[in-house]
Amino acid sequence: MEGNKDNNPRIRVKMESAEFSDLLSDNNQSTDFRQEHHHKETFITKYIFSQDHKMIAKQYLITGVLFMGFIGIALSLLFRLQLAWPEESFAVFDIFLGKWAPEGVMDPNIYLALVTIHGTIMVFFVLTAGLSGTFSNLLIPLQIGARDMASGFLNMVSFWLFFLSSVIMLSSLFVEAGPAAAGWTIYPPLSALPQAQPGSGMGMTLWLISMAIFVASSLLGSLNYIVTVINLRTKGMSLFRMPLTIWAFFVTAIIGVISFPVLLSAALLLIMDRSFGTSFFLSDIFVQGEVLHYQGGSPVLFEHLFWFLGHPEVYIVLLPALGITSEIIATNSRKPIFGYRAMVASILAIAFLSTVVWGHHMFISGMNPFLGSVFTFTTLLIAIPSAVKAFNYITTLWKGNLQFNPGMLFSIGLVSTFITGGLTGIILGDSTLDINIHDTYFVVAHFHLVMGVSALYGLFAGVYHWFPKLFGRMMNKNLGYIHFWVTAISAYGVFFPMHFIGMAGLPRRYYTNTAFPYFDDLADINVIITLFALLAGAAQLVFLYNFISSMFFGKVPDQNPWRSNTLEWTTPVKHLHGNWPGDIPHVHRWAYDYSKPGQKEDFVLQTVPIGPEEEITEH
Amino acid sequence: MIGLLTGAVLLLMGIAIWQITNIYQLTQINLGKKIDDSQIATEKDNDIQGKLMFAFLVFIYIVTIYCFWAYSKVLLPEAASEHGVSYDRLLWISFAVILIAQTFTQALLHYFAFKYRGINNRKAFFFTHDNNLELIWTIIPAIVFFILIVYGMLTWSNIMNFNEDDEDAIVIELYAQQWNWKARYGGQDNVLGDANVRFLNDYDGRNSVGIDSSDPNGWDDIVVTQEFHIPVNKKIIFKMRSQDVLHSAYMPHFRAQMNCVPGMITEFSFTPTKTTAEMRMNSDVVDKVNRINKIRYDNSQKLIAKGEESLDPYQFDYLLLCAKICGTSHYNMQMKIIVESEKDFKKWISTKESFSSIMQ
Repeated sequence: MEGNKDNNPRIRVKMESAEFSDLLSDNNQSTDFRQEHHHKETFITKYIFSQDHKMIAKQYLITGVLFMGFIGIALSLLFRLQLAWPEESFAVFDIFLGKWAPEGVMDPNIYLALVTIHGTIMVFFVLTAGLSGTFSNLLIPLQIGARDMASGFLNMVSFWLFFLSSVIMLSSLFVEAGPAAAGWTIYPPLSALPQAQPGSGMGMTLWLISMAIFVASSLLGSLNYIVTVINLRTKGMSLFRMPLTIWAFFVTAIIGVISFPVLLSAALLLIMDRSFGTSFFLSDIFVQGEVLHYQGGSPVLFEHLFWFLGHPEVYIVLLPALGITSEIIATNSRKPIFGYRAMVASILAIAFLSTVVWGHHMFISGMNPFLGSVFTFTTLLIAIPSAVKAFNYITTLWKGNLQFNPGMLFSIGLVSTFITGGLTGIILGDSTLDINIHDTYFVVAHFHLVMGVSALYGLFAGVYHWFPKLFGRMMNKNLGYIHFWVTAISAYGVFFPMHFIGMAGLPRRYYTNTAFPYFDDLADINVIITLFALLAGAAQLVFLYNFISSMFFGKVPDQNPWRSNTLEWTTPVKHLHGNWPGDIPHVHRWAYDYSKPGQKEDFVLQTVPIGPEEEITEH
Repeated sequence: MIGLLTGAVLLLMGIAIWQITNIYQLTQINLGKKIDDSQIATEKDNDIQGKLMFAFLVFIYIVTIYCFWAYSKVLLPEAASEHGVSYDRLLWISFAVILIAQTFTQALLHYFAFKYRGINNRKAFFFTHDNNLELIWTIIPAIVFFILIVYGMLTWSNIMNFNEDDEDAIVIELYAQQWNWKARYGGQDNVLGDANVRFLNDYDGRNSVGIDSSDPNGWDDIVVTQEFHIPVNKKIIFKMRSQDVLHSAYMPHFRAQMNCVPGMITEFSFTPTKTTAEMRMNSDVVDKVNRINKIRYDNSQKLIAKGEESLDPYQFDYLLLCAKICGTSHYNMQMKIIVESEKDFKKWISTKESFSSIMQ
């Protein structure tokens, strides 16, 4: 499949009618591109309601990752303090929690609220919107050779819907009865009944509204990514010449479009149950001395709907991180990514399987045990493409010439935590073994390593690697090294011991375990975990400092600082609306001709034609 | 005010770091050294970071070994139920597979990172793919996972597909509400009467699990709180109900858990194999109880010094906990389980009042 737009009249007509037809890859017009496009840009169109994919990427990075990420991590530190030193008085609780921490002692309801909002922010706002929003927006047009996204306008709308949903989610923190507190999975009836929990009142309403808007934002973004990748590839950029980043973003967007609407339906049905008296998820309920009218619904239905999104969501978070890692590991190993086709096949296999494994979250939900067997089977199947990916990364390092830039460290770190966290999935994915560790800290340890920490590493790797493309400056590498090593040590320090707390039988989301003398000997482990968590939090301040100072004072790089093959490094350092000043470059080879024998340099840009004697190595 | 001060301190620290970096760079220029401020890894960086990668491998191994060495003692003692033995076996087999895979892959990853750390002018080996290699690491995990899947599925169906009409089994309802548990026995006929939340307010609220008084099966039912007893070596069929939100009946020592879902009845079954008295004699449990009592004693000393009440010494008991988030006191939803001989069990249950005494 060649992405040649000039010879396809059907696509051409469509594009000319589009609002930004001049942005698209029509090579005959693009020489005059700069003259045509000297519209006046005001502050508002350039920085706020921008339709430029690079600006939107930066908007996502700053609101989604830096701001929401800061809040998400800060919330986790608050409840980690409570877990290590239960029911002790802390001045920071007094300051930040106010009436929810009488005399500085955290209230159990706000503990649950913190856990809930931490999960929601990290999973949806930071790792879904922040990660895909930043890097899909930045890299899809730049790496496939397009002037912008298929629809700059929808892209802008997508960001501002995301912004609105963030504002609503954060505003729920200031509601009288507190924010949503039913866990990020918001299982009804707990989330449906304000009588069951204070957070299920206004807080939960805002949560649901925020998520509904979030889904709309995510769908607009994903559709845009899909259309852009399919239609706007430059001449010569066949599907199998695309960098793995683009494959990952493309497939992620497809999974998002398939699964997010199901979350929206679940949220809408829950809103109906909460506000309009329907009984989709509720039946036979007696709360606070009163029998409620609900009859015939089932909370298990909600669990199915939720996890039909919820499990693909794990891969929506992880695949972009793996795509980023693939690119960075190849570039910094100065070697082609090993088994490119197997990597693409793994991404596709993971994407397909991710939509048929959701039941492994529900083995003991009361679902028919036969289904448990089916979902065990599909779940352990998904481990196979994951294992292939891990081995391919390792083989890419073998006999490389590794350049340890900060992005490379985070990429290797990702492979490490992806293996450590992924392996315990073999235990959780087995319906039998799930019985006794379901909803314990073992689960918390597993998913934080495999999707939380891994995806964050991918995110950091991407920020360090593409900072020159985002801000036209380099980040400080020494601060990057400090950031990586402190984070890497504390991530294992936090989550490794947590497996043991889980296997000791301690359920998750416990405000304190002092109510059970049986768990008294876990107190020390909780203190160690919290100390590492505080250390990890401090390391992120180093990153934040590095990010902000580099944004303004960082070293201005050469055009291609990492000596990389992909198209984004053929654009000028300084941003340009439309990306390339002249013609859009054509592509003649795959993205991974690093250290190819017979070549002068250890990299060959995708735009360089294949030499007369040269062997074609792309597949 | 403290917030403001903290903010100011952080800001000043930031400025200080920035200034130190600046001063450092200025001194370097004065010393006449050529400084590389490209922010791209140099050969020296590669060397240091590559060695740190190897050190990190050692770190991962040390953390793993330390955790197994120091924390094995906090893990659950041996299973106290029939199926729990096969559960534990499957768990440790899976753990062996995981640990082998973990040790091996982390070693390769970090060793390669160390071994092939960048050197100027060296060219990497151009190696795009190798079908045989890829086939090997697709097939080996596939075989291993296949074995684990089959083993897991057989164990799963043995646990979950119990014979519900077993005449010999004792039927117990575990009834969850915010935030406590109740257990209901079938009484003389070992059959639970129909129940629904709509009957909860009958008999001035004393019908605590909502038994339907029009169903004669329910008249001899017995409801207990705080603790429930079960006879050893006898199959127990649990029927779970919840009156308000989702709960999860978690009995870790028996390797048993099932969600309690309002509007439906869920089931789980196990056969306890060790009485509470036997379990208290188990050496792991004895060690754990001693450790806990040492901690509780130390904490009590501190409490007494503050003029507060001391903690009670701890004695081992089987537990029923809630593992599904259910609101404010989710963390404190407990019920004691006593496993005893059938004789003691019969004696205990005969002292309990049946539903009919409430009906009068």
